[in-house]
Amino acid sequence: MSDEKLLQSRRNALKCMAYGGAGTLFVLAGGVLTPLDLAKAADDKPGTARLGKPLFVQISDTHIGFNKDANPDVGGTLTQTIDMVNGMAEQPALIIHTGDISHLSRPAEFDQAQQMFARFRTTELHTVPGEHDTQDPTVTEYFNRFGKASDNKGYYSFDHAGVHFIALVNVLQFKPGGLGTLGPDQLAWVAADLKGRSSSTPIVVFAHMPLWTIYEPWGWGTGDADQLMAPLRRFGSVTVLNGHIHQIVQKVEGNITFHTARSTAYPQPAAGEGPGPSPLKVPADQLPGMLGVTSVSVVTHPSSMLMSDTTLAPA
Amino acid sequence: MLFGIYRTFLIAAVVVAVWLLAAGDQAVATPSNVAQIVIKDFMFAPDSLTIKAGTTVTWSNKDDEPHSVVSDTGLFRSGARDTDETFSFRFDQPGIYHFTCSIHPKMVGTIIVE
Repeated sequence: MSDEKLLQSRRNALKCMAYGGAGTLFVLAGGVLTPLDLAKAADDKPGTARLGKPLFVQISDTHIGFNKDANPDVGGTLTQTIDMVNGMAEQPALIIHTGDISHLSRPAEFDQAQQMFARFRTTELHTVPGEHDTQDPTVTEYFNRFGKASDNKGYYSFDHAGVHFIALVNVLQFKPGGLGTLGPDQLAWVAADLKGRSSSTPIVVFAHMPLWTIYEPWGWGTGDADQLMAPLRRFGSVTVLNGHIHQIVQKVEGNITFHTARSTAYPQPAAGEGPGPSPLKVPADQLPGMLGVTSVSVVTHPSSMLMSDTTLAPA
Repeated sequence: MLFGIYRTFLIAAVVVAVWLLAAGDQAVATPSNVAQIVIKDFMFAPDSLTIKAGTTVTWSNKDDEPHSVVSDTGLFRSGARDTDETFSFRFDQPGIYHFTCSIHPKMVGTIIVE
């Protein structure tokens, strides 16, 4: 993308922020995340073609089993989410779920979630567990249903359309008083997995808890994430996706773009607002605007990622 | 008349049963061998508790968010406890027992058993 186009994009981005609500499209080019006006991008035919086919949609924090005031019908909002994704003109190749599938790790919650996920027109689903999914003493409920890809370790990698995906688990080795943890075995596995790969390969890393420290007092971070970043820094395009905090927070560091997704179930307060990350009750008409998904497309020349966040609020 | 006698016996039996239960309760659960910890606003309250050996501690979750109580040594593990759910554990051996919430590991507490 030329500098002139980037500047144009940035102008559009500012316009989009001024309009608000409709959804923002993020262009990641050369490690720089640039938001675009989604409505304008949709009108701009050559521009739309440039966006390419959506590679995957990220959903997160479905919390099936939650039934408190912040959203008494998390099944309903997940159904709306699935309908929205199924309604996309171009279907994504993959669905990625960044954890907290269930609320209390109970079998009936996982069963309901699985039955609902089966409604996605896109059948390839990749998951990582959240801490709400791993509360049964032996963590068998999650792994019995979603453990095959990782041989019940929780972390695995795969390739799709020239993009290398790395799924990580940072909720199984909590230290009292600490943050999320990847652990030495997993970190060594990532370094080995990346070794020998071309630096031009676009990399997508996903895990439940943020892989950078957003707010330490609430445990919004991963204690040993720095060791994960070391082998990733040489790659030209790295996209790191997380859930856990039920709101969008982003950061760009060199060629690495960090992005957390909204929940499909309920919002949480901004960092430090209130005694802790409790479910946030908002007026019913505001809830759909605080729930949603992230969709990511790939541009092949030059290799880059396009991110767009869409809420359940009517456009 | 016969019915009246049976009823008198029945009432007497119930009174005796209640008295026995109350006596039993007193023997097993005097206030000195139960203790409570409330989980509220992502904190254990109190976060440090000193008890006598044989005391049963009950944790009650008063948040809208599930919490858990997990011993650092693996001695006990509650699983996720939703709003108003409880977990109890009896501490028979003197010692210092650290615990955390495995959903929010920033939450920590200590039981000192004398």
